[in-house]
Amino acid sequence: MSEQKLPVIETESGGAQPPPVQVEASSVRLISTLAVAGALAGMAIVMVFQWAKPRIDKHNAEVLAAAVTDVLGGAQRYETVFLDGDHFTTEPQSDTAGLDRVYVGYDANGQPRGVAMEAGEPGFQDVIDLLFGFDPATGDVIGMKVLNSNETPGLGAKITYDSTFIGEFNGVGTPLQGVKKDRAKGGHDEVVMITGATISSRAVIKIINDRLDAIEQPVDSYWSTLAPAAATSAAAKSGGSVTNAASGGGL
Amino acid sequence: MSRRTTPQEDFIRGIWKENPVLVQLLGLCPTLAVTGTVDNALTMGIATFFVLLGSSVLVATFKSVIPKEVRISAYILVIATFVTIADNVLHAVVPEIHKSLGPFVPLIVVNCIILGRQEAFASKNTVGRATLDAIGTGFGFIITMMIMGSMRELLGNGTWLGYPLFGAHFEPWVIMVLPPGGFFTLGFILLGIAWWKGRTAVPVRPRRWPHGVTTEVGGSTS
Amino acid sequence: MENPRFELTASPHIKGPDSTPRIMWSVVGSLAPVIFAAIWYFGPSAVFVIAAATLGCVLTERVFGPGGSLKDGSAVITGLLLGLTLPAGIPLWMAFLGGIFAIGLGKLIFGGLGQNVFNPALLGRAFLQAAFPEALTTWPNVSGPWWALRGDNFALPFMSANPVATVTGATPLGLMKFEGTHTELAKLIIGSTGGSLGETAAVMILLGGAYLALKKYLDWRIPISIFLTVAVLSQIIHVFMPEEPGALFMLFSGGLMLGAVFMATDMVTSPTAPKGAWIYGGGIGVLVVVIRLWGGLPEGVMYAILLMNSLVPFINRATQPRLFGTGKEAAA
Repeated sequence: MSEQKLPVIETESGGAQPPPVQVEASSVRLISTLAVAGALAGMAIVMVFQWAKPRIDKHNAEVLAAAVTDVLGGAQRYETVFLDGDHFTTEPQSDTAGLDRVYVGYDANGQPRGVAMEAGEPGFQDVIDLLFGFDPATGDVIGMKVLNSNETPGLGAKITYDSTFIGEFNGVGTPLQGVKKDRAKGGHDEVVMITGATISSRAVIKIINDRLDAIEQPVDSYWSTLAPAAATSAAAKSGGSVTNAASGGGL
Repeated sequence: MSRRTTPQEDFIRGIWKENPVLVQLLGLCPTLAVTGTVDNALTMGIATFFVLLGSSVLVATFKSVIPKEVRISAYILVIATFVTIADNVLHAVVPEIHKSLGPFVPLIVVNCIILGRQEAFASKNTVGRATLDAIGTGFGFIITMMIMGSMRELLGNGTWLGYPLFGAHFEPWVIMVLPPGGFFTLGFILLGIAWWKGRTAVPVRPRRWPHGVTTEVGGSTS
Repeated sequence: MENPRFELTASPHIKGPDSTPRIMWSVVGSLAPVIFAAIWYFGPSAVFVIAAATLGCVLTERVFGPGGSLKDGSAVITGLLLGLTLPAGIPLWMAFLGGIFAIGLGKLIFGGLGQNVFNPALLGRAFLQAAFPEALTTWPNVSGPWWALRGDNFALPFMSANPVATVTGATPLGLMKFEGTHTELAKLIIGSTGGSLGETAAVMILLGGAYLALKKYLDWRIPISIFLTVAVLSQIIHVFMPEEPGALFMLFSGGLMLGAVFMATDMVTSPTAPKGAWIYGGGIGVLVVVIRLWGGLPEGVMYAILLMNSLVPFINRATQPRLFGTGKEAAA
């Protein structure tokens, strides 16, 4: 076999021109070229990032502030509170990046209005991210806004813009109960779902219920430390009005 | 290149005769994925245009410095730099559109149109011609994205760039803004182009033998 | 042929009386009772919707199809079936558009009759369902005077239906899934319930199907295997989870009858071998039960059939019968 093959190879290589001598670039040159290019690219990116970062952060803060105002029924300012271990604090010991957080909203008088929190779980097609306002004093949800969703346009996507459905979350007892339109009894904890988008509606309700299940305990205890303090500070600001302090404490 | 092309040809070629999407069928991922609305399609088109132009100019400028062995790595490095810059700028300037484009801006880095132009043209030609070629190809891409985005937004939402054109009672074709709508639209455009190109061609009919045996007779045999 | 003594053609040499047009026009005839029931329950709206869908199909076949392909009647069947799967109140332009898509994308793009992968009528409906989800799930109420339109049928092209014009009801499956109420069996059998035009009257569908099965124009194994799978599976689930509906409700509600008898048995898109027919029917049955009970939609017959359509080439390959006279090895 090999004896037969050998001449064939010889004729082929013999007939062809000798291969052109390749100028092999040295490894040092290859690596240094890429290294220089990489360094220049890195510098360019850092410069653009330096320019873009403050603008991106500013926009994100604006969006979050608008959403918190939305779900807390007109809160004037908010304060980010981190879950450090098992309790909430404004100044956690560990790095804030990995910590769960909620936003406490205050109204014009400095009274705490409620707690806004983000939550997300799978909906019909993809994860639904939403922000909702919660009033720990009454245990009611006081507002809901979908931040990110990828539900079916025209059906499930209604959870983001159907004003009737969103209005259902303005003051509703927890845990939320999803009901169909025909079977609504007008209970305090009922949320009437969107016809034809039951899965997405249920997902929203479940997201809020699950989030509250997990976090209501520390939120409540933080709230109880906050409410009297807020009430006194509000009282101090408004000239020590007793009625104001009392109503603040009752929140 | 066996034949020298004129600068006009370099520019025009990418727009129609060698349109990157409609003729070469490259860059289909963004074409199908982010053309649901005109503003998404336009933003994506401009971002890709910017990356293509920047990369072509840089690659054509430094083509003699880049060793052949690492040229693809170098192209990707250049492209990735421009994509990151484009991503950051979009995020800062048009945050809403950036959000709805999602991962597709970073994915420009693997867009075949851009790498293809570097390997096939920019690395072999002068800076000026590479620039013309990049502008032409980039325009071709933007035009295609605009056609796709316009058709899908008009039918799927009844609007163009957000302005309602058909009145309040227009019934939107929801499917057109969903992924199948992208495939339908591209399919119909390609069908139209195939018809346009084939309308003058004479179809080759298989010769029929009298006893019913059908044989394909190729031109090159015999 | 100039010289009949030397005619050289491949087999078959002896042909029966059945031809494509003959089979197709028989199917059109077998749809008559179903169409009659649709008109009986939904009045003039039924006539308009079915006519619009059929017109869309026939015109598309005429303009883009190979010459003379209208005569085989397959475009008419697609149009009638598409019309029968639509709700009575749908604007006519949508039904027409559905017809264009059914023939254009469902059949002609694959190369015409015999080449299509999916049932064209169902593909047309799937397109409409995805494009206009609201119009396709607005079910008119069955009560009211016979001659009244059941919805805004004459909405201008590309415009929405006027919601005031439709007195909406609900389908038995919708009632079961979203309200938890059950419809009486007798109503389901005679068809006086909400739903698509042709899916409500189970007895009429079975009548047409029996005629076709006797003429051997449909493979009886397919509907029987679908019915058996749905009945057995849903009854087992009903025993363990009594809140889910039982076999009889599942059989007689929704589009199962229409789909199993007229859509799944489409000769082009169903398996050719008997064993394949059982696999295909069983697959449709399982998918129908799964989508109905656990899916997001109340009805799943359309998607079940389309999904199994796409598996038909593989089923055919796996169930190819052994050639006469060959050994077991040769079959593979």
